[in-house]
Amino acid sequence: MKEFPTIKQMLTSMAAGETQPSDWTRQSLTNIQKIDGKIGAFLRVNEEQALIHARQLDEMAVRWRKNLVSPSDSTRDLFGIPYALKDNMCTKGVGTTAASRILENYIPPYSATVAEKLTQANGVMVGKTNLDEFAMGSSTENSAFQKTHNPHHLNRVPGGSSGGSAAAVAAGMVPFALGSDTGGSIRQPAAFCGVIGVKPTYGRVSRFGLIAFASSLDQIGPIARTVEDVALVLRQISGHDPLDSTSAPASTEDFTRSLTGEVKELRIGVVRDMNAEGVNDQVKAAIDKAISVLSDAGAQVVEVTLPHSAYAVASYYLVAPAEASSNLARYDGVRYGRRVEGETLLEMYEKTRSEGFGLEVKRRIIIGTYALSSGYYDAYYKRAQQMRTLIRQDFDDAFQKCDVIAMPTAPSPAFAFGEKSADPLQMYLEDIFTIPANLAGLPGISLPCGVSDEGLPIGLQLLGKAFDESTVLRAAYGYEQLRGFVMPFPHGLEG
Amino acid sequence: MKISEDVVRHVAHLARLAVSEEDVHSLAPQLSNIIEYAEQLQRVDMTGVDPTSHPFPLENVLRSDEPKLGLPREVILANAPDDDGEQIRVPAVLEG
Repeated sequence: MKEFPTIKQMLTSMAAGETQPSDWTRQSLTNIQKIDGKIGAFLRVNEEQALIHARQLDEMAVRWRKNLVSPSDSTRDLFGIPYALKDNMCTKGVGTTAASRILENYIPPYSATVAEKLTQANGVMVGKTNLDEFAMGSSTENSAFQKTHNPHHLNRVPGGSSGGSAAAVAAGMVPFALGSDTGGSIRQPAAFCGVIGVKPTYGRVSRFGLIAFASSLDQIGPIARTVEDVALVLRQISGHDPLDSTSAPASTEDFTRSLTGEVKELRIGVVRDMNAEGVNDQVKAAIDKAISVLSDAGAQVVEVTLPHSAYAVASYYLVAPAEASSNLARYDGVRYGRRVEGETLLEMYEKTRSEGFGLEVKRRIIIGTYALSSGYYDAYYKRAQQMRTLIRQDFDDAFQKCDVIAMPTAPSPAFAFGEKSADPLQMYLEDIFTIPANLAGLPGISLPCGVSDEGLPIGLQLLGKAFDESTVLRAAYGYEQLRGFVMPFPHGLEG
Repeated sequence: MKISEDVVRHVAHLARLAVSEEDVHSLAPQLSNIIEYAEQLQRVDMTGVDPTSHPFPLENVLRSDEPKLGLPREVILANAPDDDGEQIRVPAVLEG
């Protein structure tokens, strides 16, 4: 397959009058039709509405072009750009399932703030993507509806939980998609699929209309194929939202301003005490090489320590299920979603939840309920929260010495279907490098830094200070320009 | 700490989940593994460490006190599994 156009290229072409919004939407829908039978990224394709919307934009195109004072103005919004949303973001009138049987027929009466913002930015929503049920998983194998295949290797998982979004972008079906990241669910699938994913600072992007998993950790972010493209999307979706009381007062920024290509003087923190065990050799080599590329260009490499990161997975797998057990109590078969009738109210609750939830969701609800139950609260939940404080302090100390921290996104490239799903703990340990940023609320990005011998993408993760996405993006962009390799496009997907 | 099959049944009931005997069988060792893994947190001295429940605590987030219409009844009932046109219907809550 030939190269996939980026958001920037699409906007430039429309600004020059060479293409129209409906050209891009039609191309996206055609690609989905041709390719998604093999990938399984989409749970729902919004063909008719997307085409109607794109044609409306065609009619606005002349005026849009006239208002552009300079060519760079075309990137002020996402005019006519097709995109996909992970199916845990509510879309008014368009079914939203969180990949769960319990929401199979749910049609939201309102849209998530991110969906509203992308509509205001004149983007065209073409469909909803697959995920692990309620975003609980690292391989998208926990979807109640279908498997999603890694576009680079169809026998491998795309990562998760935003596996559908990452695969859709990697396979060229859309130039960008949104994912949500509770413990790595944007960054890890981005790494597995060879694309770029950003987990913004907690509070940067409104969670209103995001189906809640763990509310103190969940954050929405973009997945795209260039650093510039993720910066363009992040600008549109960021900002305070009165509908989300945890959204930060900070307003959005033009994140492309920091994309200078300059990495001189940038201090890159490298965590020596974290790489020790369980990391694939090829991943290790690719990360070391990426760091030397940055240092050869004048970045300063400094060693930092995150002594408590070894406890991050333990803390996370108490905090996240505890919050989930509370958040998922709302699925009781009363007001919306699936109901399985019973003789009594209690029987209805139990039957509804037992038939509606998959095994991983039940597992986490039970862990969470256990960790919160009286007698165990102090030993588990409270300690997990105290560990969060120590992890946060580790980062505060590390960022005294550096501007960004570099490490792998995942310990290994994409694994095979079924390889880790038999042992839940093994699957949880997959998140070791991504979880600390969620516990501390910090921004992070994953971008391709190499391919394994089997042709599987490897992701470099860069983490930054709270609300300092600009520096993270600056470092990522600098690396992207310098890295000297092109992430190969998946091939053999058509037909 | 080992999680017994009885504990699984009890906690599942607290969470309003009916789990099959087969699931109880597989969940007990899996949950034991996870909880045992989490027990490494006991090794760390946490004296005087405050718990973090939110990364950036925002205190007293208030909105202006202006009345606003909620969603119309028919919109809400459209997603209800069972209703009588005005209200959501559920099995009897009170006995007798």
